[in-house]
Amino acid sequence: MKARLSPGIVLILFLLTLFVVAAVLAPWVSPHDPLRQSLLLRLRPPGTVAAQGDFLLGTDDLGRDLLSRIIYGARASFIVATLSVSVSLLTGTILGLAAGWFRGWSATLIMRLVDTMLSIPAILLAVLTVAVLGPGFTKLILVLGLTRWPRYTRVAYASTLQVAALPYIRAAVMAGAGPARILLRHVLPNIAGPLMVVATSEFGLMILFEAGLSFLGLGIQPPAPSWGSIMSAGRDYVARAWWMTVFPGIGLFLVVLCVNLMGDWLRDRLDPRSVGR
Amino acid sequence: MPRYLLSRLLQAAIATFGVITLVFFVMRLAGDPTLLLVPQGASAEQIAELRHALGFDRPLLTQYIAYLDQLAHFDLGESFVQRAPVSAILGARIPYTLALAAGALAVALGIGLPAGIAMAVWRGRAVERLLAALVLTGQSLPTFWSGILMILLFGVILHWLPTSGADGPASLIMPAVALGALAMSTFARMARIAVLDELQRDYVVAARARGLSLGAALWRHVLRNAAIPVITVTALEIGNLLAGAVIVETVFAWPGIGQLAIQSIAARDFLVVQAIVLFVSVTYITLSLLADIAYSLVDPRIRAVA
Repeated sequence: MKARLSPGIVLILFLLTLFVVAAVLAPWVSPHDPLRQSLLLRLRPPGTVAAQGDFLLGTDDLGRDLLSRIIYGARASFIVATLSVSVSLLTGTILGLAAGWFRGWSATLIMRLVDTMLSIPAILLAVLTVAVLGPGFTKLILVLGLTRWPRYTRVAYASTLQVAALPYIRAAVMAGAGPARILLRHVLPNIAGPLMVVATSEFGLMILFEAGLSFLGLGIQPPAPSWGSIMSAGRDYVARAWWMTVFPGIGLFLVVLCVNLMGDWLRDRLDPRSVGR
Repeated sequence: MPRYLLSRLLQAAIATFGVITLVFFVMRLAGDPTLLLVPQGASAEQIAELRHALGFDRPLLTQYIAYLDQLAHFDLGESFVQRAPVSAILGARIPYTLALAAGALAVALGIGLPAGIAMAVWRGRAVERLLAALVLTGQSLPTFWSGILMILLFGVILHWLPTSGADGPASLIMPAVALGALAMSTFARMARIAVLDELQRDYVVAARARGLSLGAALWRHVLRNAAIPVITVTALEIGNLLAGAVIVETVFAWPGIGQLAIQSIAARDFLVVQAIVLFVSVTYITLSLLADIAYSLVDPRIRAVA
Protein backbone atom coordinates (compact mmCIF):
# COMPACT_ATOMS: atom_id res chain seq x y z
CA MET A 1 0.00 0.00 0.00
CA LYS A 2 1.62 3.21 -1.17
CA ALA A 3 1.05 6.13 1.15
CA ARG A 4 -0.71 8.93 -0.68
CA LEU A 5 -1.04 11.98 1.50
CA SER A 6 -3.65 14.56 0.64
CA PRO A 7 -2.95 18.22 1.49
CA GLY A 8 -5.61 17.98 4.22
CA ILE A 9 -3.91 15.15 6.06
CA VAL A 10 -0.54 16.90 5.74
CA LEU A 11 -2.02 19.98 7.43
CA ILE A 12 -3.49 17.82 10.21
CA LEU A 13 -0.19 16.04 10.79
CA PHE A 14 1.63 19.37 10.75
CA LEU A 15 -0.71 20.87 13.37
CA LEU A 16 -0.51 17.79 15.59
CA THR A 17 3.29 17.71 15.29
CA LEU A 18 3.37 21.38 16.25
CA PHE A 19 1.37 20.68 19.42
CA VAL A 20 3.44 17.62 20.29
CA VAL A 21 6.74 19.43 19.76
CA ALA A 22 5.57 22.37 21.87
CA ALA A 23 4.45 19.96 24.59
CA VAL A 24 7.72 18.01 24.56
CA LEU A 25 9.88 21.13 24.51
CA ALA A 26 7.66 23.00 27.00
CA PRO A 27 10.49 24.07 29.34
CA TRP A 28 12.40 25.61 26.41
CA VAL A 29 9.63 27.12 24.30
CA SER A 30 7.37 28.61 26.97
CA PRO A 31 8.23 32.26 27.53
CA HIS A 32 7.56 32.26 31.29
CA ASP A 33 7.39 29.96 34.30
CA PRO A 34 3.79 28.62 34.16
CA LEU A 35 3.55 28.65 37.97
CA ARG A 36 4.99 32.08 38.69
CA GLN A 37 2.28 34.34 40.09
CA SER A 38 2.21 38.08 40.11
CA LEU A 39 -0.59 39.99 41.76
CA LEU A 40 0.33 43.10 39.81
CA LEU A 41 -0.22 41.32 36.50
CA ARG A 42 -3.64 39.76 37.15
CA LEU A 43 -6.02 39.32 34.20
CA ARG A 44 -3.94 41.30 31.72
CA PRO A 45 -5.30 41.12 28.15
CA PRO A 46 -3.41 39.43 25.28
CA GLY A 47 -0.46 41.40 23.98
CA THR A 48 0.45 42.92 27.32
CA VAL A 49 4.00 44.26 27.48
CA ALA A 50 5.31 44.64 31.01
CA ALA A 51 8.64 44.97 32.75
CA GLN A 52 8.57 41.20 33.40
CA GLY A 53 8.31 40.51 29.68
CA ASP A 54 5.66 40.10 26.98
CA PHE A 55 2.45 38.23 27.69
CA LEU A 56 1.32 37.26 24.22
CA LEU A 57 -1.96 35.61 25.28
CA GLY A 58 -2.43 37.64 28.46
CA THR A 59 -2.39 36.46 32.07
CA ASP A 60 -4.77 34.51 34.30
CA ASP A 61 -6.47 35.38 37.59
CA LEU A 62 -3.22 34.88 39.51
CA GLY A 63 -1.07 36.82 37.07
CA ARG A 64 0.48 33.76 35.46
CA ASP A 65 1.43 33.78 31.76
CA LEU A 66 -1.41 32.12 29.83
CA LEU A 67 0.70 31.02 26.84
CA SER A 68 3.15 29.17 29.10
CA ARG A 69 0.28 27.53 30.98
CA ILE A 70 -1.33 26.42 27.72
CA ILE A 71 1.95 24.91 26.50
CA TYR A 72 2.45 23.05 29.79
CA GLY A 73 -1.24 22.10 29.70
CA ALA A 74 -0.70 20.48 26.30
CA ARG A 75 2.13 18.50 27.84
CA ALA A 76 -0.10 17.23 30.66
CA SER A 77 -2.86 16.45 28.19
CA PHE A 78 -0.63 14.41 25.86
CA ILE A 79 1.06 12.53 28.69
CA VAL A 80 -2.26 11.56 30.29
CA ALA A 81 -3.83 10.60 26.95
CA THR A 82 -0.81 8.60 25.75
CA LEU A 83 -0.40 6.66 28.97
CA SER A 84 -4.10 6.00 29.54
CA VAL A 85 -4.60 4.87 25.93
CA SER A 86 -1.61 2.53 26.40
CA VAL A 87 -3.13 1.10 29.59
CA SER A 88 -6.54 0.52 28.00
CA LEU A 89 -5.10 -0.75 24.69
CA LEU A 90 -2.95 -3.28 26.53
CA THR A 91 -5.67 -4.41 28.96
CA GLY A 92 -8.39 -4.52 26.33
CA THR A 93 -6.30 -6.33 23.73
CA ILE A 94 -5.05 -9.01 26.13
CA LEU A 95 -8.59 -9.69 27.37
CA GLY A 96 -9.98 -9.70 23.82
CA LEU A 97 -7.27 -12.04 22.53
CA ALA A 98 -7.81 -14.39 25.47
CA ALA A 99 -11.58 -14.39 25.04
CA GLY A 100 -11.34 -14.96 21.29
CA TRP A 101 -8.77 -17.73 21.55
CA PHE A 102 -9.94 -19.73 24.55
CA ARG A 103 -13.67 -19.05 24.09
CA GLY A 104 -15.88 -21.05 26.49
CA TRP A 105 -16.55 -19.75 29.97
CA SER A 106 -13.62 -17.33 30.07
CA ALA A 107 -14.95 -15.59 26.98
CA THR A 108 -18.44 -15.43 28.48
CA LEU A 109 -17.05 -13.92 31.66
CA ILE A 110 -14.89 -11.34 29.85
CA MET A 111 -17.60 -10.34 27.39
CA ARG A 112 -20.20 -9.97 30.19
CA LEU A 113 -17.74 -7.70 31.98
CA VAL A 114 -17.42 -5.72 28.75
CA ASP A 115 -21.23 -5.36 28.59
CA THR A 116 -21.26 -4.18 32.20
CA MET A 117 -18.49 -1.64 31.68
CA LEU A 118 -20.22 -0.30 28.58
CA SER A 119 -23.48 0.09 30.53
CA ILE A 120 -21.94 2.69 32.84
CA PRO A 121 -21.26 5.92 30.96
CA ALA A 122 -17.46 6.22 31.08
CA ILE A 123 -17.35 9.80 32.29
CA LEU A 124 -19.55 8.93 35.28
CA LEU A 125 -17.49 5.87 36.18
CA ALA A 126 -14.32 7.97 35.92
CA VAL A 127 -15.87 10.74 38.06
CA LEU A 128 -16.93 8.23 40.75
CA THR A 129 -13.61 6.38 40.77
CA VAL A 130 -11.44 9.50 40.85
CA ALA A 131 -13.62 10.94 43.61
CA VAL A 132 -13.30 7.76 45.70
CA LEU A 133 -9.56 7.40 45.19
CA GLY A 134 -8.76 11.09 45.44
CA PRO A 135 -6.94 13.08 42.78
CA GLY A 136 -3.47 12.26 41.53
CA PHE A 137 -1.60 11.96 38.25
CA THR A 138 -1.04 8.17 38.34
CA LYS A 139 -4.55 7.52 39.63
CA LEU A 140 -6.01 9.66 36.86
CA ILE A 141 -4.16 7.66 34.19
CA LEU A 142 -5.13 4.32 35.73
CA VAL A 143 -8.78 5.32 36.12
CA LEU A 144 -9.04 6.55 32.52
CA GLY A 145 -7.13 3.52 31.23
CA LEU A 146 -9.13 0.99 33.21
CA THR A 147 -12.54 2.46 32.37
CA ARG A 148 -11.94 2.62 28.61
CA TRP A 149 -10.65 -0.88 27.71
CA PRO A 150 -13.93 -2.58 26.62
CA ARG A 151 -13.97 -1.16 23.09
CA TYR A 152 -10.57 -2.71 22.36
CA THR A 153 -11.75 -6.00 23.83
CA ARG A 154 -14.79 -6.10 21.54
CA VAL A 155 -12.66 -5.41 18.47
CA ALA A 156 -9.87 -7.81 19.50
CA TYR A 157 -12.39 -10.53 20.38
CA ALA A 158 -14.28 -10.35 17.08
CA SER A 159 -11.08 -10.17 15.03
CA THR A 160 -9.43 -13.02 16.94
CA LEU A 161 -12.47 -15.26 16.39
CA GLN A 162 -12.21 -14.57 12.66
CA VAL A 163 -8.47 -15.02 12.37
CA ALA A 164 -8.36 -18.11 14.59
CA ALA A 165 -10.51 -20.01 12.09
CA LEU A 166 -8.05 -19.42 9.22
CA PRO A 167 -5.97 -22.35 7.92
CA TYR A 168 -2.56 -20.84 8.69
CA ILE A 169 -3.46 -20.58 12.38
CA ARG A 170 -4.57 -24.19 12.45
CA ALA A 171 -1.31 -25.09 10.75
CA ALA A 172 0.60 -23.24 13.47
CA VAL A 173 -1.33 -25.11 16.16
CA MET A 174 -0.53 -28.43 14.52
CA ALA A 175 3.11 -27.43 14.25
CA GLY A 176 3.06 -27.26 18.03
CA ALA A 177 3.03 -23.52 18.72
CA GLY A 178 1.64 -22.53 22.12
CA PRO A 179 -1.20 -20.04 22.60
CA ALA A 180 1.09 -17.16 23.59
CA ARG A 181 3.24 -17.58 20.49
CA ILE A 182 0.27 -17.92 18.16
CA LEU A 183 -1.55 -14.94 19.62
CA LEU A 184 1.47 -12.63 19.62
CA ARG A 185 3.21 -13.74 16.41
CA HIS A 186 0.28 -14.69 14.20
CA VAL A 187 -2.97 -13.22 15.47
CA LEU A 188 -1.94 -9.83 16.86
CA PRO A 189 -0.28 -8.49 13.68
CA ASN A 190 -3.44 -9.34 11.76
CA ILE A 191 -5.80 -7.52 14.08
CA ALA A 192 -3.57 -4.52 14.79
CA GLY A 193 -5.23 -2.31 12.15
CA PRO A 194 -8.72 -2.13 13.66
CA LEU A 195 -7.18 -1.74 17.11
CA MET A 196 -5.17 1.28 15.94
CA VAL A 197 -8.35 2.89 14.59
CA VAL A 198 -10.00 2.47 17.99
CA ALA A 199 -6.88 3.74 19.76
CA THR A 200 -6.83 6.92 17.65
CA SER A 201 -10.43 7.82 18.39
CA GLU A 202 -9.87 6.93 22.06
CA PHE A 203 -6.85 9.25 22.14
CA GLY A 204 -9.06 12.21 21.26
CA LEU A 205 -11.61 11.08 23.81
CA MET A 206 -8.97 10.76 26.54
CA ILE A 207 -7.81 14.31 25.88
CA LEU A 208 -11.43 15.44 26.27
CA PHE A 209 -11.86 13.30 29.41
CA GLU A 210 -8.72 14.67 31.05
CA ALA A 211 -9.82 18.23 30.28
CA GLY A 212 -13.36 17.49 31.47
CA LEU A 213 -12.22 15.91 34.75
CA SER A 214 -9.76 18.74 35.36
CA PHE A 215 -12.55 21.20 34.57
CA LEU A 216 -14.65 19.52 37.29
CA GLY A 217 -11.70 19.73 39.69
CA LEU A 218 -11.15 15.95 39.63
CA GLY A 219 -8.24 15.73 37.23
CA ILE A 220 -4.89 17.47 37.32
CA GLN A 221 -4.76 19.53 40.49
CA PRO A 222 -3.86 23.20 40.67
CA PRO A 223 -1.42 24.87 40.49
CA ALA A 224 -0.25 22.42 37.80
CA PRO A 225 -1.58 23.67 34.47
CA SER A 226 -4.21 21.74 32.52
CA TRP A 227 -6.49 22.99 29.76
CA GLY A 228 -9.53 21.92 31.74
CA SER A 229 -8.57 23.65 34.97
CA ILE A 230 -7.51 26.86 33.19
CA MET A 231 -10.97 27.01 31.59
CA SER A 232 -12.65 26.18 34.89
CA ALA A 233 -10.98 29.21 36.48
CA GLY A 234 -11.81 31.21 33.35
CA ARG A 235 -15.51 30.37 33.73
CA ASP A 236 -15.61 32.69 36.76
CA TYR A 237 -13.93 35.53 34.87
CA VAL A 238 -15.67 35.08 31.53
CA ALA A 239 -17.07 38.63 31.56
CA ARG A 240 -13.71 40.23 32.42
CA ALA A 241 -11.11 37.97 30.87
CA TRP A 242 -12.40 36.06 27.83
CA TRP A 243 -8.86 35.00 26.86
CA MET A 244 -8.66 32.62 29.82
CA THR A 245 -11.28 30.33 28.29
CA VAL A 246 -11.00 31.11 24.59
CA PHE A 247 -7.30 30.26 24.06
CA PRO A 248 -7.02 26.94 25.91
CA GLY A 249 -10.34 25.97 24.30
CA ILE A 250 -8.97 26.63 20.81
CA GLY A 251 -6.00 24.39 21.63
CA LEU A 252 -8.25 21.62 22.92
CA PHE A 253 -10.66 21.90 20.00
CA LEU A 254 -7.89 21.85 17.37
CA VAL A 255 -6.13 18.85 18.89
CA VAL A 256 -9.34 16.83 19.21
CA LEU A 257 -10.45 17.84 15.71
CA CYS A 258 -7.10 16.80 14.20
CA VAL A 259 -7.11 13.49 16.08
CA ASN A 260 -10.68 12.76 14.94
CA LEU A 261 -9.82 13.57 11.33
CA MET A 262 -6.75 11.39 11.53
CA GLY A 263 -8.89 8.57 12.92
CA ASP A 264 -11.28 8.86 9.97
CA TRP A 265 -8.36 8.90 7.55
CA LEU A 266 -6.76 5.84 9.16
CA ARG A 267 -10.05 3.97 9.07
CA ASP A 268 -10.52 4.73 5.39
CA ARG A 269 -6.98 3.60 4.60
CA LEU A 270 -7.31 0.34 6.53
CA ASP A 271 -10.81 -0.42 5.36
CA PRO A 272 -11.29 0.83 1.80
CA ARG A 273 -14.93 -0.26 1.90
CA SER A 274 -15.73 2.46 4.40
CA VAL A 275 -14.42 5.28 2.20
CA GLY A 276 -16.86 8.12 2.03
CA ARG A 277 -19.07 6.79 4.79
CA MET B 1 -39.87 -13.89 19.32
CA PRO B 2 -40.19 -14.95 23.00
CA ARG B 3 -36.79 -16.58 22.78
CA TYR B 4 -35.06 -13.46 21.53
CA LEU B 5 -36.91 -11.36 24.08
CA LEU B 6 -35.92 -13.66 26.92
CA SER B 7 -32.24 -13.75 26.02
CA ARG B 8 -32.20 -9.97 25.63
CA LEU B 9 -33.95 -9.55 29.01
CA LEU B 10 -31.44 -11.89 30.64
CA GLN B 11 -28.59 -9.90 29.12
CA ALA B 12 -30.01 -6.66 30.55
CA ALA B 13 -30.45 -8.28 33.95
CA ILE B 14 -26.85 -9.47 33.96
CA ALA B 15 -25.62 -6.00 32.98
CA THR B 16 -27.68 -4.40 35.76
CA PHE B 17 -26.32 -6.86 38.29
CA GLY B 18 -22.81 -6.24 36.97
CA VAL B 19 -23.17 -2.47 37.31
CA ILE B 20 -24.46 -2.78 40.88
CA THR B 21 -21.55 -5.07 41.79
CA LEU B 22 -18.97 -2.86 40.07
CA VAL B 23 -20.21 0.23 41.92
CA PHE B 24 -20.05 -1.68 45.22
CA PHE B 25 -16.37 -2.46 44.68
CA VAL B 26 -15.46 0.96 43.31
CA MET B 27 -16.86 2.50 46.51
CA ARG B 28 -14.44 0.31 48.46
CA LEU B 29 -11.37 0.92 46.26
CA ALA B 30 -9.84 3.36 48.72
CA GLY B 31 -10.44 1.07 51.68
CA ASP B 32 -12.95 2.13 54.31
CA PRO B 33 -16.13 3.52 52.67
CA THR B 34 -17.16 5.15 55.95
CA LEU B 35 -14.65 7.90 55.22
CA LEU B 36 -16.58 8.73 52.04
CA LEU B 37 -19.83 9.26 53.91
CA VAL B 38 -18.92 11.43 56.86
CA PRO B 39 -18.85 15.21 56.63
CA GLN B 40 -15.39 16.80 56.74
CA GLY B 41 -14.06 17.19 60.29
CA ALA B 42 -15.85 14.24 61.88
CA SER B 43 -14.11 12.86 64.97
CA ALA B 44 -12.64 9.36 65.18
CA GLU B 45 -15.44 8.21 67.51
CA GLN B 46 -18.13 9.50 65.15
CA ILE B 47 -16.48 7.66 62.27
CA ALA B 48 -16.22 4.44 64.29
CA GLU B 49 -19.83 4.77 65.38
CA LEU B 50 -21.04 5.29 61.83
CA ARG B 51 -18.87 2.45 60.55
CA HIS B 52 -20.58 0.13 62.98
CA ALA B 53 -24.08 1.55 62.35
CA LEU B 54 -23.65 1.05 58.59
CA GLY B 55 -22.15 -2.40 59.02
CA PHE B 56 -18.87 -1.52 57.29
CA ASP B 57 -17.04 -3.48 60.03
CA ARG B 58 -18.71 -6.68 58.85
CA PRO B 59 -17.16 -9.09 56.33
CA LEU B 60 -17.25 -7.90 52.71
CA LEU B 61 -19.62 -10.64 51.58
CA THR B 62 -22.15 -9.79 54.32
CA GLN B 63 -21.95 -6.13 53.31
CA TYR B 64 -22.48 -7.04 49.68
CA ILE B 65 -25.58 -9.12 50.44
CA ALA B 66 -27.01 -6.36 52.64
CA TYR B 67 -26.34 -3.85 49.84
CA LEU B 68 -28.12 -6.04 47.27
CA ASP B 69 -31.02 -6.51 49.68
CA GLN B 70 -31.29 -2.75 50.17
CA LEU B 71 -31.29 -2.08 46.42
CA ALA B 72 -33.85 -4.84 45.85
CA HIS B 73 -36.19 -2.79 48.02
CA PHE B 74 -35.33 0.36 46.05
CA ASP B 75 -33.68 1.75 49.16
CA LEU B 76 -30.74 4.00 48.23
CA GLY B 77 -29.84 4.79 51.83
CA GLU B 78 -29.78 7.97 53.85
CA SER B 79 -27.44 10.91 53.26
CA PHE B 80 -25.50 11.83 56.40
CA VAL B 81 -24.56 15.20 55.02
CA GLN B 82 -28.04 16.37 54.06
CA ARG B 83 -29.86 14.18 56.64
CA ALA B 84 -32.47 13.08 54.10
CA PRO B 85 -33.20 9.93 52.10
CA VAL B 86 -31.00 9.74 48.99
CA SER B 87 -34.02 8.89 46.84
CA ALA B 88 -35.70 12.16 47.87
CA ILE B 89 -32.55 14.21 47.16
CA LEU B 90 -32.20 12.56 43.76
CA GLY B 91 -35.92 12.82 42.97
CA ALA B 92 -35.89 16.58 43.43
CA ARG B 93 -33.14 16.97 40.79
CA ILE B 94 -34.09 14.36 38.19
CA PRO B 95 -36.80 16.49 36.48
CA TYR B 96 -34.21 19.18 35.70
CA THR B 97 -31.83 16.71 34.10
CA LEU B 98 -34.67 15.09 32.14
CA ALA B 99 -35.72 18.53 30.85
CA LEU B 100 -32.12 19.26 29.85
CA ALA B 101 -31.72 15.87 28.15
CA ALA B 102 -35.03 16.33 26.32
CA GLY B 103 -33.95 19.77 25.11
CA ALA B 104 -30.58 18.43 23.99
CA LEU B 105 -32.26 15.51 22.22
CA ALA B 106 -34.59 17.91 20.42
CA VAL B 107 -31.59 19.96 19.26
CA ALA B 108 -29.68 16.85 18.23
CA LEU B 109 -32.55 15.24 16.31
CA GLY B 110 -33.88 18.52 14.93
CA ILE B 111 -30.55 19.47 13.37
CA GLY B 112 -28.78 16.12 13.06
CA LEU B 113 -31.40 14.18 11.09
CA PRO B 114 -32.13 16.83 8.42
CA ALA B 115 -28.39 17.48 8.12
CA GLY B 116 -27.67 13.77 7.64
CA ILE B 117 -30.44 13.37 5.07
CA ALA B 118 -29.24 16.45 3.19
CA MET B 119 -25.67 15.12 3.17
CA ALA B 120 -26.87 11.86 1.62
CA VAL B 121 -29.16 13.50 -0.96
CA TRP B 122 -26.65 16.13 -2.06
CA ARG B 123 -23.66 13.82 -1.96
CA GLY B 124 -20.47 15.40 -3.30
CA ARG B 125 -21.95 18.90 -3.47
CA ALA B 126 -20.89 21.97 -1.53
CA VAL B 127 -23.83 21.45 0.84
CA GLU B 128 -22.41 18.12 1.93
CA ARG B 129 -18.98 19.56 2.62
CA LEU B 130 -20.50 22.42 4.61
CA LEU B 131 -22.61 20.08 6.71
CA ALA B 132 -19.69 17.67 7.12
CA ALA B 133 -17.73 20.55 8.66
CA LEU B 134 -20.63 21.24 11.04
CA VAL B 135 -20.79 17.58 12.05
CA LEU B 136 -17.05 17.41 12.62
CA THR B 137 -17.16 20.58 14.71
CA GLY B 138 -19.97 19.22 16.85
CA GLN B 139 -17.97 16.06 17.37
CA SER B 140 -14.80 17.81 18.49
CA LEU B 141 -16.24 20.64 20.62
CA PRO B 142 -15.71 20.10 24.32
CA THR B 143 -19.08 20.90 25.94
CA PHE B 144 -17.55 23.03 28.67
CA TRP B 145 -15.79 25.20 26.10
CA SER B 146 -18.75 25.68 23.78
CA GLY B 147 -20.84 26.32 26.90
CA ILE B 148 -18.58 29.08 28.15
CA LEU B 149 -18.30 30.59 24.66
CA MET B 150 -22.10 30.74 24.42
CA ILE B 151 -22.29 32.32 27.87
CA LEU B 152 -19.76 34.92 26.71
CA LEU B 153 -21.56 35.67 23.43
CA PHE B 154 -25.28 35.37 24.24
CA GLY B 155 -25.15 36.14 27.94
CA VAL B 156 -22.38 38.63 28.58
CA ILE B 157 -22.06 40.48 25.26
CA LEU B 158 -25.55 40.31 23.74
CA HIS B 159 -27.61 39.88 26.94
CA TRP B 160 -30.06 37.65 25.08
CA LEU B 161 -30.06 34.68 27.42
CA PRO B 162 -29.47 34.11 31.14
CA THR B 163 -25.91 32.95 31.83
CA SER B 164 -26.72 30.34 34.48
CA GLY B 165 -29.36 28.80 36.70
CA ALA B 166 -32.83 27.58 35.77
CA ASP B 167 -35.30 30.46 35.45
CA GLY B 168 -37.81 29.60 32.80
CA PRO B 169 -37.39 28.02 29.38
CA ALA B 170 -34.89 30.63 28.13
CA SER B 171 -32.21 29.33 30.48
CA LEU B 172 -32.59 25.86 28.98
CA ILE B 173 -31.53 26.94 25.47
CA MET B 174 -27.76 27.24 25.89
CA PRO B 175 -27.24 24.12 28.04
CA ALA B 176 -29.38 22.10 25.62
CA VAL B 177 -27.37 23.25 22.58
CA ALA B 178 -24.04 22.61 24.34
CA LEU B 179 -25.12 19.14 25.46
CA GLY B 180 -26.82 18.24 22.18
CA ALA B 181 -23.92 19.09 19.84
CA LEU B 182 -22.15 15.73 20.12
CA ALA B 183 -25.37 13.72 19.74
CA MET B 184 -26.27 15.93 16.76
CA SER B 185 -23.09 14.79 14.99
CA THR B 186 -23.82 11.16 15.77
CA PHE B 187 -27.37 11.44 14.39
CA ALA B 188 -26.18 13.23 11.26
CA ARG B 189 -23.57 10.54 10.55
CA MET B 190 -26.09 7.78 11.19
CA ALA B 191 -28.83 9.33 9.08
CA ARG B 192 -26.40 9.97 6.22
CA ILE B 193 -25.25 6.35 6.08
CA ALA B 194 -28.77 4.97 6.50
CA VAL B 195 -30.21 7.16 3.73
CA LEU B 196 -27.24 6.52 1.40
CA ASP B 197 -27.65 2.76 1.85
CA GLU B 198 -31.36 2.97 1.18
CA LEU B 199 -31.08 5.30 -1.84
CA GLN B 200 -28.86 2.76 -3.64
CA ARG B 201 -31.34 -0.11 -3.21
CA ASP B 202 -32.92 -1.49 -6.36
CA TYR B 203 -36.46 -0.73 -5.30
CA VAL B 204 -35.66 2.96 -4.89
CA VAL B 205 -33.82 3.11 -8.20
CA ALA B 206 -36.81 1.37 -9.82
CA ALA B 207 -39.28 3.74 -8.22
CA ARG B 208 -37.25 6.71 -9.43
CA ALA B 209 -37.06 5.19 -12.93
CA ARG B 210 -40.85 4.94 -12.93
CA GLY B 211 -40.89 8.69 -12.48
CA LEU B 212 -41.31 9.05 -8.74
CA SER B 213 -39.79 12.34 -7.63
CA LEU B 214 -36.84 12.33 -5.28
CA GLY B 215 -38.91 13.94 -2.52
CA ALA B 216 -41.68 11.37 -2.82
CA ALA B 217 -39.18 8.49 -2.92
CA LEU B 218 -37.51 9.81 0.20
CA TRP B 219 -40.76 10.33 2.04
CA ARG B 220 -42.53 7.11 1.02
CA HIS B 221 -39.67 4.63 0.99
CA VAL B 222 -36.26 5.76 2.08
CA LEU B 223 -36.93 7.55 5.36
CA ARG B 224 -39.17 4.80 6.70
CA ASN B 225 -36.49 2.18 6.30
CA ALA B 226 -33.67 4.50 7.30
CA ALA B 227 -35.53 5.32 10.53
CA ILE B 228 -34.94 1.86 11.98
CA PRO B 229 -31.24 2.18 12.90
CA VAL B 230 -31.92 5.68 14.20
CA ILE B 231 -34.21 4.26 16.93
CA THR B 232 -31.37 2.30 18.53
CA VAL B 233 -28.94 5.18 18.36
CA THR B 234 -31.51 7.49 19.97
CA ALA B 235 -31.86 5.21 22.98
CA LEU B 236 -28.10 5.00 23.46
CA GLU B 237 -27.67 8.73 22.96
CA ILE B 238 -30.17 9.51 25.76
CA GLY B 239 -27.89 7.59 28.11
CA ASN B 240 -24.89 9.59 26.91
CA LEU B 241 -26.80 12.84 27.34
CA LEU B 242 -27.61 11.98 30.96
CA ALA B 243 -23.91 11.32 31.61
CA GLY B 244 -22.76 14.41 29.73
CA ALA B 245 -25.02 16.46 32.00
CA VAL B 246 -22.31 16.22 34.69
CA ILE B 247 -20.18 18.75 32.84
CA VAL B 248 -22.85 20.88 31.17
CA GLU B 249 -24.82 21.33 34.39
CA THR B 250 -21.65 22.44 36.17
CA VAL B 251 -20.94 25.05 33.48
CA PHE B 252 -24.46 26.49 33.52
CA ALA B 253 -25.25 25.91 37.22
CA TRP B 254 -28.25 23.87 36.05
CA PRO B 255 -29.72 22.18 39.16
CA GLY B 256 -29.95 18.61 37.83
CA ILE B 257 -28.29 15.36 38.92
CA GLY B 258 -25.02 16.20 37.14
CA GLN B 259 -24.50 19.28 39.25
CA LEU B 260 -25.71 17.28 42.27
CA ALA B 261 -23.00 14.67 41.61
CA ILE B 262 -20.21 17.24 41.63
CA GLN B 263 -21.65 19.04 44.67
CA SER B 264 -21.98 15.74 46.51
CA ILE B 265 -18.36 14.83 45.77
CA ALA B 266 -17.25 18.18 47.19
CA ALA B 267 -19.47 17.63 50.26
CA ARG B 268 -18.24 14.01 50.59
CA ASP B 269 -21.78 12.71 50.22
CA PHE B 270 -20.94 9.55 48.31
CA LEU B 271 -24.20 7.70 48.76
CA VAL B 272 -25.74 10.36 46.53
CA VAL B 273 -22.94 9.98 43.94
CA GLN B 274 -23.37 6.20 44.01
CA ALA B 275 -27.13 6.58 43.51
CA ILE B 276 -26.61 8.89 40.52
CA VAL B 277 -24.24 6.42 38.83
CA LEU B 278 -26.71 3.59 39.45
CA PHE B 279 -29.65 5.65 38.20
CA VAL B 280 -27.96 6.70 34.94
CA SER B 281 -26.59 3.21 34.25
CA VAL B 282 -29.89 1.43 34.87
CA THR B 283 -31.67 4.01 32.68
CA TYR B 284 -29.09 3.35 29.97
CA ILE B 285 -29.55 -0.43 30.17
CA THR B 286 -33.35 -0.12 30.15
CA LEU B 287 -33.37 2.22 27.16
CA SER B 288 -31.10 -0.01 25.10
CA LEU B 289 -33.29 -2.98 26.00
CA LEU B 290 -36.42 -1.11 24.91
CA ALA B 291 -34.68 -0.02 21.70
CA ASP B 292 -33.73 -3.59 20.85
CA ILE B 293 -37.29 -4.76 21.49
CA ALA B 294 -38.71 -1.95 19.36
CA TYR B 295 -36.15 -2.76 16.67
CA SER B 296 -37.16 -6.43 16.61
CA LEU B 297 -40.84 -5.52 16.37
CA VAL B 298 -40.22 -3.22 13.41
CA ASP B 299 -37.76 -5.49 11.63
CA PRO B 300 -38.59 -9.22 11.93
CA ARG B 301 -35.22 -10.20 10.41
CA ILE B 302 -33.45 -9.31 13.68
CA ARG B 303 -35.36 -12.01 15.53
CA ALA B 304 -34.49 -14.60 12.92
CA VAL B 305 -30.78 -13.80 13.14
CA ALA B 306 -30.72 -13.75 16.91
